[in-house]
Amino acid sequence: MTSGPAALKPVDIVIVGLGWAGGIVAKELASTRLKIVAFERGVPRATAPDFLAPRIHDELRYNNRHELIQNLRKETLTFRNDPSQRALPMRQLGSFLPGEGVGGAGTHWSGLHWRWLEWEHKMYSGTVARYGRKIIPQDMNLQDWPVDYHELEPYYERFERLCGTSGKAGNLNGRKVDGGNVFEGPRRSEYPNPPLTPSYNMMLFEKAARDLGYHPFPVPASNASRAYINPDGVAFGPCHYCGFCTGYGCEVNAKASPHFTVIPLASKNPNFEVRARSTVLRVNLDSTGKRATGVTYVDARGRELVQPADVVILSAYVFGNVHLMLHSGIGKPYDFQNNTGVVGRNYAYQCGGGVAALFDERTYFNPFMGSGALGAWIDDFNGDHHDFAESGYIGGGGASTGSNGGAPIGHHPSPPGTPRWGSAWKKAVVDTYQRFTGVGSQGSVMSYRQCYLDLDPTYRDSFGRPLLRMTFDWQENEYRLMEKQTAVCAQIARAMGAQQVFARRGERRLHYSIAPYQTTHNTGGAVFGEDPGTSALNAHLQSWDVSNVFVLGASAFPQNAGRNPTGPVGALSYRLADTLKNNYLKHPGPLVHV
Amino acid sequence: MSDSDQHKPRRLARRSLLKMAAAGAAAGSLPFAGAQPMEGMTTPAKQAGPGHCDSAPAVYTFLNSQEVAFLEAAVATLIPADELGPGALELGAVVFIDRQLGGDYGRGDRMYLQGPFAEGTAEQGYQLRMTPAELVQAGIADVQAHTSGKYQRRFEELSAQERAAVLSGLETHQVSLPTVPGELFFGVLLELTQQGFFCDPIYGGNRGKASWKLLGFPGIGAMYADRIAPFSNQLYVSEPVSIEDLL
Repeated sequence: MTSGPAALKPVDIVIVGLGWAGGIVAKELASTRLKIVAFERGVPRATAPDFLAPRIHDELRYNNRHELIQNLRKETLTFRNDPSQRALPMRQLGSFLPGEGVGGAGTHWSGLHWRWLEWEHKMYSGTVARYGRKIIPQDMNLQDWPVDYHELEPYYERFERLCGTSGKAGNLNGRKVDGGNVFEGPRRSEYPNPPLTPSYNMMLFEKAARDLGYHPFPVPASNASRAYINPDGVAFGPCHYCGFCTGYGCEVNAKASPHFTVIPLASKNPNFEVRARSTVLRVNLDSTGKRATGVTYVDARGRELVQPADVVILSAYVFGNVHLMLHSGIGKPYDFQNNTGVVGRNYAYQCGGGVAALFDERTYFNPFMGSGALGAWIDDFNGDHHDFAESGYIGGGGASTGSNGGAPIGHHPSPPGTPRWGSAWKKAVVDTYQRFTGVGSQGSVMSYRQCYLDLDPTYRDSFGRPLLRMTFDWQENEYRLMEKQTAVCAQIARAMGAQQVFARRGERRLHYSIAPYQTTHNTGGAVFGEDPGTSALNAHLQSWDVSNVFVLGASAFPQNAGRNPTGPVGALSYRLADTLKNNYLKHPGPLVHV
Repeated sequence: MSDSDQHKPRRLARRSLLKMAAAGAAAGSLPFAGAQPMEGMTTPAKQAGPGHCDSAPAVYTFLNSQEVAFLEAAVATLIPADELGPGALELGAVVFIDRQLGGDYGRGDRMYLQGPFAEGTAEQGYQLRMTPAELVQAGIADVQAHTSGKYQRRFEELSAQERAAVLSGLETHQVSLPTVPGELFFGVLLELTQQGFFCDPIYGGNRGKASWKLLGFPGIGAMYADRIAPFSNQLYVSEPVSIEDLL
């Protein structure tokens, strides 16, 4: 063997991780004629043959055995609730399901496609302006995005058009539109497709919420409600409401995904190359530590190779981005003891809650008819649409119901108190299947000094690198939010006419657990901001310390909101592509000086 | 949705056997459960592993005969045959578990199993060094040792009430096992039994799609774009379709 890994021919740009973020940038940069290589740790996938029916409608394979999800045997993370504990590895998938393979989580997402609210981009200044600084708990690292909704609006629009999002505008150029989300920021245009056909539980929800004085609307869904051709000329089939959506690939390309949109378009560019089954181990820096020289990766055969590049764009999942930064020495690692350093700081998640609701015997919800993002929602208690001082917490949550699939390994509800097995269980499951639904909450989580990511001192991945270590728990602010949201959901469920309503969380304030699935909406750890003392990246997602490294994804969000993160991830991806094309590539160097 | 014609001759041959096996099983208290024609019953044999077919006793490729005997008794206790229809045993849940434990899942193919190992908190999740197959096999041996001590009989030799008492003891931490945490073993056993009961028949369980008929789940083949509105709060009844039916 030679002494070091072989160095390949230099390229202009390396992209690490090929989901929505990497795919959009790769496609948008084709016009630069620069040589681009995208690394993806997983396998290449295409609708045909990988996602074709009937094989894709395999609940065990995709929902239980997690075919499209990160394989923990190769990489995982360690977890503890607080810094006094010893972190232990996440040995089985549970709380969240990061994607793996070309298309990333875009292949298996549900398709809830939001623009974040104006306040959700300005949580610190928006909160202080209304309530003063005192309302912010001492351990909360509340901070603003360095860009606002209005600057992102054109990028939000582009991403919706790319995805064929189905929905109804609630704020067209400042004019509030009944039936849409009247709390959203002003939009220049309507959604590209009309809303999906509502399920019965959605109809009950919409009427109940309206009767209660709330403002229900259809969830913006990147499940095409009709045949659609996007501005790039990519054809979408109309959604079949087949009920195999979240966790699955879509056989008719109704669920927007990078694997059939931006990635094939990027691949038409002869200067673009995808290296799948290739894991980037680290970003290499020059002797000053101020400039990246490329990446070292392991290919499918296990060869360690060096790919020199002028620009490195990290667009892996939240954990991959932060792990690579920490492992490569890009930016100062966060130090919990002193609340200094930035990489790994402001890790956040989302808090659930809500209720299950049992209706009378002649109710037929047909839970097997649906799609990943088929739902009705209210934002009346989300964002800053309630009084934080009165509620006792900062942030909010959406309340919703939907019909997202009824495959029975995962969906065989029974009322709480039912035995878990035996004839009584069986009878209850049969009796309940058609008349049970949920009203759920998706709640924001703020960022805290004691919730962060760093490198684990003990455990290593299959490549010999230290695992990322997560330290996270619910805080008082989030417990209060969950309690309030559960009460809101219960109120709506009762107004829907439910016979019985059951809180999904008990009265006890349990610690966060890594074991049960909750949501794959992890955020932070490499946040962008205006102050290098509290952010790893500047407003252009550029590392403050290594100016030819850009870090793209929900890892940039300073805290989490009560809605799905994919919309702003897509918008930021378009914006970064513009920044690179119009600015950075013409004049490489730091884009922000402080 | 109907079965494709090319499969019919082969399926007919299995039907008479299945009719006997499932006699009395499909009638239930639900209006639609009894309405499903027996002719729709199908079996997983086409996709089965080596040597397996429905006209012969199940052939197990991974578990030994004592483990199978335990599991047959356990799954029949967890999801019994009753007036609603067949239970997990009749639907092939043990065949399902055998194949799962002998495959990638049983080997922990997607798990992180590197040391060091420590107990951890409940919130930190699974921390044993055992794969699912190792856990189930060790758990079975543990329970057999427990019943041999307490009842002087193997688990499968116990009365229905005694079996239920043993499983309930595991579930509620009343019975502790020497190797495997009892409630963890119980949880995995229950999860696998439910998967074998509800899975697509391609995996060896849910024979004849019987659990889908029982629930009113129409299977995996339907397109509902033109049905979701007309069937709003209307019972939708359809002969369930499995993966195999559409291949």
